[in-house]
Amino acid sequence: MGSTATVRVSVNGERRESEVEARLLLVHYLRDTLGLTGTHVGCDTTNCGACTVLLDGEAVKSCTVLAVQADGAEVKTIEGMGAHDELHPLQEAFWSEHGLQCGFCTPGMIMSAADLLSRNPNPSEEEIRKGLEGNLCRCTGYHNIVKAVQAAAAAAAGAGTHAGREAEGVSA
Amino acid sequence: MESATATPAEDRFVGRPMKRREDPRFITGTGSYIDDLHVQGTLHAAFVRSTEAHATITQIDTSEAEAHPGVVGVYTAEDVKFEGGIPMVWAPPGVEINTPDHMPLKSGEVKCIGDPVAVVVGSDRYGVVDAAEKVIVEYEPKPVVVDPEAALEEGSPLVWEQFGTNKTHEWAVGGGDIDAALSQADVVLEHSIVNHRTAGAAIETRGAIAEPRGGSIVLHSATQIPHITRFILSGVLGLSEHDLRVIAPDVGGGFGSKLNTYGEEALLCQLARQLGRPVKWIETRSENMAYTHHGRDQVAHVTMGARSDGTVTGVRARIVADLGAYFQILTPFIPELGFPVAGGCYRFEAIDLHFTGVFTNKFATDAIRGAGRPEMTHWVEVMMDRLAREVGSDPVEIRRRNFIPKDAFPYETPLGIVYDSGDYAGTLDKLLTKLDLDEFRREQEELRGKGVHRGIGFSTYTEVCGLAPSRAVGPQGVGLQAAFYESATVRVHPTGSATVYSGASPHGQGLDTSFAQIAADRLGIAPENVEVIHGDTNSGPWGWGTYGSRSLSVGGEAIARAAERVQDKAKKICAAMLEAAPEDIELAGGAFRVKGSPDQSMTMAEIAGAAYIPPQELPTEIEPGLEESAFYDPENFVFPFGAHACVVDVDVETGKVEVARWVAVDDCGPAINPMLIDGQVHGGVAHGIGQALYEQVVYDADGQLVTGSFVDYALPTAAELPSFETDRTETPSPVNSLGVKGVGEAGTIAASPAVLNAVVDALRPLGVDYIDMPLTPLRVWQAIEEARGSGAGPADSEQGTDVGEHGGGAAGSGPASPDEGGAS
Repeated sequence: MGSTATVRVSVNGERRESEVEARLLLVHYLRDTLGLTGTHVGCDTTNCGACTVLLDGEAVKSCTVLAVQADGAEVKTIEGMGAHDELHPLQEAFWSEHGLQCGFCTPGMIMSAADLLSRNPNPSEEEIRKGLEGNLCRCTGYHNIVKAVQAAAAAAAGAGTHAGREAEGVSA
Repeated sequence: MESATATPAEDRFVGRPMKRREDPRFITGTGSYIDDLHVQGTLHAAFVRSTEAHATITQIDTSEAEAHPGVVGVYTAEDVKFEGGIPMVWAPPGVEINTPDHMPLKSGEVKCIGDPVAVVVGSDRYGVVDAAEKVIVEYEPKPVVVDPEAALEEGSPLVWEQFGTNKTHEWAVGGGDIDAALSQADVVLEHSIVNHRTAGAAIETRGAIAEPRGGSIVLHSATQIPHITRFILSGVLGLSEHDLRVIAPDVGGGFGSKLNTYGEEALLCQLARQLGRPVKWIETRSENMAYTHHGRDQVAHVTMGARSDGTVTGVRARIVADLGAYFQILTPFIPELGFPVAGGCYRFEAIDLHFTGVFTNKFATDAIRGAGRPEMTHWVEVMMDRLAREVGSDPVEIRRRNFIPKDAFPYETPLGIVYDSGDYAGTLDKLLTKLDLDEFRREQEELRGKGVHRGIGFSTYTEVCGLAPSRAVGPQGVGLQAAFYESATVRVHPTGSATVYSGASPHGQGLDTSFAQIAADRLGIAPENVEVIHGDTNSGPWGWGTYGSRSLSVGGEAIARAAERVQDKAKKICAAMLEAAPEDIELAGGAFRVKGSPDQSMTMAEIAGAAYIPPQELPTEIEPGLEESAFYDPENFVFPFGAHACVVDVDVETGKVEVARWVAVDDCGPAINPMLIDGQVHGGVAHGIGQALYEQVVYDADGQLVTGSFVDYALPTAAELPSFETDRTETPSPVNSLGVKGVGEAGTIAASPAVLNAVVDALRPLGVDYIDMPLTPLRVWQAIEEARGSGAGPADSEQGTDVGEHGGGAAGSGPASPDEGGAS
């Protein structure tokens, strides 16, 4: 055990205070200390983006942030986006547009997309693709992820979702 | 045969694009992947792995690591005993395969980078990694060989001295008169085509927790094959199968990389037994790149004969497969697995294949998405384009000329394989309606005048999947010591909801949803009232897992059969209750009713209630309960097919290839859930584009792994890929009652030759007629420069086997540039 420090953060709106090893990564703090296992780890090198969370509203790869660096900040994880009965429009859209398969990259992908839409509420396909470049998915070929972000953007713009377009009469 | 896509009947769920029932937990971050599981009292493991590609271990000093705070123990091969190593299960009749030991921890010598030499177990996840760095291993390096063809030469360093050769085995298959086919041909083409080493690269790495419970072990593992793993590990560990339970939790992608039983799984079980505590290990990405099996890595030396009109007479291929230093469970068999489709969708008169496996100082290859079939299809489709150029035809016409016609099915190939059904011209025709090829050629010419090099490439494929008819691939067939049926149990509960147990083990395919659709139709209930359970050796019957595009056509069919047995019994109960004859009961409109008297009917809930708690006396031949099982072993493989077109723009100044458009028409039989089919095609195509343009596992001449992380192993990102235009035709398979074929690997099998053919189409006027994959900017630029330098000759393909090159991961190849991401 190396040196420790106190970290005080707000995670999904809840105040947390912990004594942590100075070297503890934010992702392990979220997963192992707080039990928020929706944020995943897929690589050692900050390439895959599975660990993406919002730190003071901005997407960060939480495998490259120390827990102590988040001291005083607000962290939002996938668990803070929406529960089963009140899904965030991005969660709805990923579901409706079949934007996930194994689901492992999905939380990070949704958090990156949330960051993208907060900066650019009506992105073009190219802007979505560039905006999600830091998140790897091996299952979907990104096609339906792009559609999901478009659908969420459209829903937020009040233009109605085209989520049901292909799946008329779909039951959940 | 039906060749348009059908719409489902109103009271049926099969055929509908239903949203996935798996998704709510994944989109809310409440899935349970292996690293999300916490068992009380868990210890953590970290490995000490070889930094040498080939060496004698002269000393291991664990003392400093043992003294590290929180460390419970440091273990080497001497400290943990097994009944044997990880077995390889292929024993082809009449063929000797040199099979080395593959123990979970290595002693004596290491044979490749990443070989596990010691394992540290302790209470803290960070602490065991610190301690592992304190283990001092001394090596005496030995000569290394990394090039498979060099490894076969006299005097090459030997990976395994006891065999006196680096050759693992040879295997051959042929049919038709290949000598006549080639000697009587007007045109004979010879070409060597490299299919380089790639990684499965599921975004979730491997990982496992072994948990002692009394005298038993529960192994939670990120695996595609829980039942096979229990079967294999029970032998490796010397445990009765009832003392080992294997559970696959939510699994974050496999692509074949988790279709294996690995030494780490065995070791964790043994450590848990010795320590009496749960032991957990989550693979790092660096470990994954080094020591989770790779795929492909073959060179095919192909000879193709044809008549002057472009009709192929025969193909011969001499295939050299780099298998690495060890065998995982299927390693030497994977190159051969492609043999049934060596003729593609074409009527070749003779086919002659010869495989040579080779040891090198790399980790094992094994099944990665497509497993043998992408390799086979790649050279067939590349050769078809070369033939078109040779005889003055074009890529579309050469394919049409050689297609097996629709009325020739079932079609027996020269290799004795029977293709079940197909309409190859049908998918190609439909593809062409989406491409105005004449307009494309006109525009291509015009752009070329402006310095823009655009090309179109085609791939028409059929693949063999639905693994597998046991008689064809088991001991009585090609010699796998396994069978490949699938099982299902369908249990209707007293209130009329149902649980389906499957021996398949899905990990992203959406089978919970499609299995529920299949069962619901046969039980007369809604899919939301069907629960699907899989991936636990203690729940439901034995199963063979999910891989080889098998889980719908084999696993789904087993569910259909079990559900139909339940339906038959339900009809008997209904008939007894309504005082009708069982043959007069029909399931229609969501109820069991007497034919001709629709007002006399019962719902499944009413029947199930009567099955468990009979309100009146039922005939004695009707047993209580409502539960049936089925084991389904297919009579034949299934053969999906399709036509793909890829449009690329090549920047001739930098060599960068951009995929501008992708159009695919696939046929995997009648759709159970069309939304899921599209998703599989998207992901499959992206995987194939990844291999064609970016991805490569590279070892340098010293056997050092150059692509040890996602920094160097370049997976395509959203920014490199286009949206995909997909469509289907539906040609049912006669093999199963659902008519379905697989689709998980189809896109990957189709994609790589389409990309290569498109790049060559773009660069042909510059004199480039072939480039080995991956078509990185460096390679493409070099090919252009070499063609320019030599006048108009074809590019030299030798560069593709230069192991000193950094390949797919080299800077500038396009993707995986973390600092450009949206979330850096």
